[in-house]
Amino acid sequence: RRQDVLTITPWLAPIIWEGTFNSEILDSAYKPLNLTIGVTAFAIGKYTRFVGRFLESAEEHFMKGYQVNYYIFTDNPETIPSVQLQPGRRFVIVPIKKYPSWQEISMRRMEAINKHIAETSHQEVDYLFCLDIGMVFYNSWGPETLGDIVAAIHPGYFNVPRSQFPYERRSSSAAYIPDGEGDFYYGGAVFGGLVKKVYEFTRTCHMTILTDKANEIMAAWQEESHLNRHFLSQKPSKVLSPEYLWDDRKPKPPEIHLIRFSTVDKNYKEIRD
Amino acid sequence: RRDVLVLTPWLAPIVWEGTFNRDILNAQYMQKNLVTGVVTFAVKKYWFFIQGFMSSANKYFLAGHQVNFYLFTDSPEQISHLQMAPENHLCVIPVQNHSHWQDISVSRMDIIRRYIRSQFQYEVDYLYYIDIDVQLFEHIGVEIIDTLVATISPWQYTARRDSRSYETRTESQAAIPKGEGDFYYTEGFYGGSVAEVYKLTRACFKGVMEDRENGIEARWHDESHLNRYLLYHKPTRLLSPEYYWDEEL
Repeated sequence: RRQDVLTITPWLAPIIWEGTFNSEILDSAYKPLNLTIGVTAFAIGKYTRFVGRFLESAEEHFMKGYQVNYYIFTDNPETIPSVQLQPGRRFVIVPIKKYPSWQEISMRRMEAINKHIAETSHQEVDYLFCLDIGMVFYNSWGPETLGDIVAAIHPGYFNVPRSQFPYERRSSSAAYIPDGEGDFYYGGAVFGGLVKKVYEFTRTCHMTILTDKANEIMAAWQEESHLNRHFLSQKPSKVLSPEYLWDDRKPKPPEIHLIRFSTVDKNYKEIRD
Repeated sequence: RRDVLVLTPWLAPIVWEGTFNRDILNAQYMQKNLVTGVVTFAVKKYWFFIQGFMSSANKYFLAGHQVNFYLFTDSPEQISHLQMAPENHLCVIPVQNHSHWQDISVSRMDIIRRYIRSQFQYEVDYLYYIDIDVQLFEHIGVEIIDTLVATISPWQYTARRDSRSYETRTESQAAIPKGEGDFYYTEGFYGGSVAEVYKLTRACFKGVMEDRENGIEARWHDESHLNRYLLYHKPTRLLSPEYYWDEEL
């Protein structure tokens, strides 16, 4: 039981923190359903160097005991290391093209995920999580995260007033969120849910991204801005605390009892070029 | 709300005043174009409660949304002067009298199950059973809508697990093993999607019939069976005792 943090949203979606759930009860409800959980991650250009650590740590902490399919989207299949996986877990390389700028690469993820669901993964998985590759699992990530539409609170903004959320503030953008509106600032590095729901919202996000492109505007934080706009009107059914999306460069506040998934320190200038 | 538990260990919300924003929930509910039904029984002396229940429920239960009320009664003549809100519908279903009151309580599960199958599943998305001898004094809104919903009994809210009224005799189908049990739920207000309510009523009635064949009657009749079912099929949402309060407490 946690009394120091908000554990339920005003629309009655649970906010997942250590201490709010019992893994045994959840496992006994979910394991018999024989689910397959999918994970998408994009390793474009120099980002392929993160794949090994991502997968190794996922094998240790992500949905242990469940069937998992890892879909690694890359422009460079030969550089993807082969990693030993537990039984019931698969690794699939999805070749995609590399766009000229890192912003474009980032924003095209929505389209790629959406297309891949339609062509392949909708038949292979029940739930799908879309995660950034430059991250590592440090602690358990289990069935407490499963839900229809799942978003995660960005670690930089969970204790900050709404007026300081870096939403897109230009009304000419399709990702615009006016002052005084907004529930949380969600991170673009983690989102997921039932594969059907992920299909629907990646499509909506891609549409708003294209709308902006046609109007020659790019949202402040690329697809993360569009994601936030989307989750304002179609609220997530489950929200993950920043335990599930941490930034190791930040000092750990008292509310964070456990860091489960966190960024790998990177030199952005070097890898994005 | 920091003074109460708002989330179960399996992450089902526990609905208390102050934990939710009804406007947001109404917007979500309306997007999906849902219809909710209420089923209740007024048999024998309980005809007395029809007026009070129906007028308060008509005013306060999911106000502004379409609600289908299914009233099973052996006194259909008592209904004639009920005024329904324009978006609500009332369906009066005549039933026969039974000699033993517990029989009525028990066959309610079977009646609900049969009518879901033959009628309700085509008319509503969500269905709630509410005791007729209840009056609503405050709005009960779409915060109750979820797949499988149960209400924490007001009399047992603070009771420790070993002092709760679970059926403990292992010969009964409603038995809950010692040391187990999440909450004590009241059979006066429960519901969910029609599919889930169908499964629940079918399982409870099956337990009741098996007990009868073995010459045993569960301590609190269908409430005992309900509690057993919900131990092994955990509700996706719980309503706090605010939703089924007894003024005498």
